Amino acid sequence: MRGSQIQTSIVADEALLDGLQRAAFSYFLEAVNPVNGLIADTSRDGSPCSIGVVGFALSVYPVAVERGWMTRADAVERTLAALRFFHDSEQGEGPETTGYKGFYYHFLDMHSGARVWRSELSMVDTALLVAGMLTAGGYFRANTPREAQLRGLVESLYLRIDWRWSQSESKTIRMGWKPESGFLKYAWDGYSEAIVLYVLALGSPSHPIEGGEKAYRAWTATYQWENLYGYDFLYAGPLFIHQFSHAWIDFRGIRDRFMRDKRCDYFENSRRATEVQREYARRNPHSFAGYDENCWGLTACDGPSQPLPERADPRRRLFGYAARGVPYGPDDGSLAGWAALASLPFAPEAVLCAARSMRQRYPEMLPADQYASSFNASLAGADRAAWVAAGHFGLDQGIVLVMIENHRSELIWRLMRRCPHVRAGLQRAGFRGGWL
Amino acid sequence: MRNHHNHDSTRPGERELLESVHPTGRRNPQPAPCYSLVVIGGGTAGLVTAHAAAALGAKVALIERNRLGGDCLNVGCVPSKAIIRTSHLYAGMRHAEQYGGQIPADIRVDFAAVMARMRAIRARIGRADSVQRLEAAGVDVFFGQARFTSSDTLTVDGLKLRFKKAVIATGSRPDTPSIPGLVEAGFLTNENVFDLTELPRRLLVIGGGPLGCELAQAFCRFGAQTIIAQSWPLFLPREERDAAQLLADAFARDGIEVRLNTTAVNVRVENGQKLVDLVSEDYKSTVAVDAILTGTGRVPNVEGLDLQAAGVDYDSEEGIRVDDFLRTSNRRIYAAGDVCLEHKFTHTADASARIAVRNALFPGRQRLSALTIPWCTYTDPAIAHVGLYVRQANHRDIPVKTFTIPMHDVDRAIADSEEAGFVKIHVRERSDRILGATIVARRAGDMINEITLAMVAGVGLRTLARVIHAYPTQADAIKQAADAYNRTRLTPLLRSLLRRWLQR
Repeated sequence: MRGSQIQTSIVADEALLDGLQRAAFSYFLEAVNPVNGLIADTSRDGSPCSIGVVGFALSVYPVAVERGWMTRADAVERTLAALRFFHDSEQGEGPETTGYKGFYYHFLDMHSGARVWRSELSMVDTALLVAGMLTAGGYFRANTPREAQLRGLVESLYLRIDWRWSQSESKTIRMGWKPESGFLKYAWDGYSEAIVLYVLALGSPSHPIEGGEKAYRAWTATYQWENLYGYDFLYAGPLFIHQFSHAWIDFRGIRDRFMRDKRCDYFENSRRATEVQREYARRNPHSFAGYDENCWGLTACDGPSQPLPERADPRRRLFGYAARGVPYGPDDGSLAGWAALASLPFAPEAVLCAARSMRQRYPEMLPADQYASSFNASLAGADRAAWVAAGHFGLDQGIVLVMIENHRSELIWRLMRRCPHVRAGLQRAGFRGGWL
Repeated sequence: MRNHHNHDSTRPGERELLESVHPTGRRNPQPAPCYSLVVIGGGTAGLVTAHAAAALGAKVALIERNRLGGDCLNVGCVPSKAIIRTSHLYAGMRHAEQYGGQIPADIRVDFAAVMARMRAIRARIGRADSVQRLEAAGVDVFFGQARFTSSDTLTVDGLKLRFKKAVIATGSRPDTPSIPGLVEAGFLTNENVFDLTELPRRLLVIGGGPLGCELAQAFCRFGAQTIIAQSWPLFLPREERDAAQLLADAFARDGIEVRLNTTAVNVRVENGQKLVDLVSEDYKSTVAVDAILTGTGRVPNVEGLDLQAAGVDYDSEEGIRVDDFLRTSNRRIYAAGDVCLEHKFTHTADASARIAVRNALFPGRQRLSALTIPWCTYTDPAIAHVGLYVRQANHRDIPVKTFTIPMHDVDRAIADSEEAGFVKIHVRERSDRILGATIVARRAGDMINEITLAMVAGVGLRTLARVIHAYPTQADAIKQAADAYNRTRLTPLLRSLLRRWLQR
C-alpha cells in the first residue's frame, strides 16, 4: 500500500470507530434515570438497572467529555447523581435494600433503587461499578466544589466496601450473597473476569481481603494454562472474560507470578484468546452459517431460545442467554459483534478486519449502529437477514465504547494507572514491572 | 459384600449366577488348623487376594457373607455397563438421521428384555468369580458373617479359623442420604436398581456422582422422564470444569432435566407418587416422580466384624485405617479395596489386593501411593482421568501446562459424529513429563489406558509423538497432543537456525 492509501485507510478506520463509539454512547443517554443516575440493563421494556452497566456509564462520561459529546458540567452532574444515590441508598440485611456491606445487588429498580428479581449481592458487578466510580474520580480532578464532592463520594463508597466479609470462610472471594440463603455456593473457579475484583479488593485501605497475595494465588490456583489450536494461553471459553478487567486496567507489561512463570502477560493472553476464537470460527465444527476467521465472537450474550420460528431445524438446540465460548460451546450459531470489536486493543488489525466484514455482511446486527447482543445467521429468515437479539444491552455498549477508547487514546487505562488503590491492589496481587 | 439383596432367583440368568457365586444348599468345609491367609470378603479385592495367594502356594480361606463377585459383578460395573450399552442403542435409533439413517417408525423399549440381557451377561462374567474356581485353586470358601475373636482368630458360621495373616476386603455400600421421608417413601440405590422389572415412568436421580450420572442417562434413554438433582454447581465435582460442563450439555441434549446446585429436602407419598421438595438457594420447587435413585457416595463395610477384638483401627466413614503398605494397626492384618481406599473402583480394589498379598505373605514393601490410578465415568460422552488435575499440580507448586485437542479436530471423531469432548494432557512445564490427563470422548475409558501406560512406563510426549497411531482412530487425539508439544519445542532460535540450514 502506498502512503496515501494507508492514510486513507487510517482515516476510514477512525471514522468507523468514532461512529460506533458514539452510537454506543447514545445508549447511556437513553437508558438513564437522570434522577438517580441508574442505567437500565437493557433497552427492553421494564428492564431494571444493572449495577455493572452503571460502572460503565461512569467510565464513559469522561470519554464523552474528551470527545466533545457532552459538557463537563453535564458529565459531573450525571456522575454525582449516581454517586449520591449509592451513597444515600439503604444498606442492610433485608431483602429489599440496595446493598449490604458496601456491595450492591446485581439488579435494582430503576426508580426506587431497591433490589429486584431476588438478585444476588454481586461481588463482581460491584467491582465493575466501583471501577467506574474510580475512573470518574480520577478524571474529575478540577478544583471545584462539585468535582471535590464527586471525589469525596467515590472515596467513601470505595472505602466502605467490606471485601473481607465477601471471603466468608474461604480464601477466595465468593460470587454472591442472598439475604434468603447466604453466600452462593459458586466461588470464583478458573480464570475469569474477576482480576479487577481482586485488584480492588486487595487495594482497599480499609477492608482488604485477608491473605493478600495468598488469597489472590488461591484464585489463580484454578487457572489452566493450555495449548489449544497452537496457542499457549490462560484458558477461558467466553470472550468477555478476556476483556472486562482490561476495560480499566492496562495489563501491558505488568505480570503477576503466574504470568511471570508463563513469560506472558494478560494483555498478550487476550490477544491469543482472540486468535483462538478465530481458529474456532475457521474450523466451525457445527457448520453454522457465517463463521470464519473474520466472523466470530462467542461470549456471554442473549441468543435465540425455544420455541423458535418455524424456519429452525427442530433438532437444533438453542441456548437463549448463555455464556457461549470456545472450543466447547455452548454454540448455537449466535455471535456477538460487540465482543469481536471489544478485542480491538489486543489485535487491532484482525479485529478491525472482522468488525468491517461482519458489519458488511450482517448490517442487521447493528440496529441504529448499536451492536445487538447477538445475531444468528443460521436462523436467517425469508429475507435472508440473520436472526438478531431484540434491543440493546448496556454491558455490550459499555465494553465496546471503553475498549475502542483504550485503543484510540488509552484514556481509561491512563486514569486507572494513576489510581493509588488500583496500583496498591495490583502490587498486593504480586504484579510487577511495566508501568508499575 | 452385603446382606440385603433381594434378587429373584427364578429369573433366567439369575440361577446360573447363583450357582457360581452362592450355591444354595452348600455346606461350609471343615477349616484347616491354621491358614497362611484368611480373606474376608469375596468381592474384587477379596477374590484377587485369594487367587493370588493360592497361586503362590499359600493355604487360603475366603469368607463371603452374601455373593462372590461383590458390587462390581452383582450391582455395579457389570450390570450398569450392560444396560448402558442398550441405552446407547436406543439413543442411536433416535439420532439415526444424524448418521443419514432412518429413525425407526416405532421405537419401543422392552425393559424386561434389557434386564434379561444384563442378567445373562452378569451370569457369564460371574463364572470367573465362582466358588468352583476358587476351590479348584485350593481356596477354602466359607459363606457367613466373619467376626474376629482375637488378633489371629475369627469365627464364621460357628467355625473357628486361625490365621497367620488376614486381608479385610469387605467393600462398601451406598450411603443413604438423610432426607426426611426418603426411607418411608422407598428409594433405589445401585443395590436394588438392577432388580427393577418395570421402567419407572418418572425418575428423580439424587446425586451427580458417577453412578447417578450413568444411570440417569441410561434410564432417560430408555424413555423415563428423568430429573437429576445435584447439590454442587456441576456434575462430577472432582472432574475438570469443562468435562462436567460437556456432560451437563449432553444431559440436556438427551432431555434430562438438569437441576444443579439443588438439594432434595423432603420426600412424601401422595396418591401413589413420590413428591420431592427441591431447594436451590432461595428457589423451592416440588417434583412428582415414580422412583427415586440415590447415588450420593459410599460408606465402608466395617460393622459386624468385631474389629476391636483384633485390634484393627477404623472409622465408620473413612473405613479401616491402613498405612501406605495397606497394613492395619494389627501387624498380621491388611486391608484392600473399598473398605480402606478413597478411590472406590474395581481396578483400584484389584491393584490394592495385589499389593496386600505381596506385603502380607512376603517381606514386601510395595506402596499404595506408587500406583497410577485411572478412572472413568461411562456416560456418553465418557469422562476418564488419570494422574494429577491442574488444580492439584498448582497446589503442589508444580508448573503445569496442558495440551488440548478438542475432538472436533480428530478425523475419526468427525466421521463418527462424536465430536463432543477433548483430550487434555497435563505436562510439567518446559518438559514432556506427563502429570495427568482428562479425556472426554465416547470411548474415553479405552483411550485413557494409553496415557496410564505412558505414565507408568515413564514415557513422555516426545516419545508418544513417535508412536504411530492407526488412522483413523479417536485415540489419534493423543498423538495430536504429542505433536502439539513437539511444535512448542521449536523456539525462535531453533527456527532461525533451521531456516539458515535449509537456505544454505
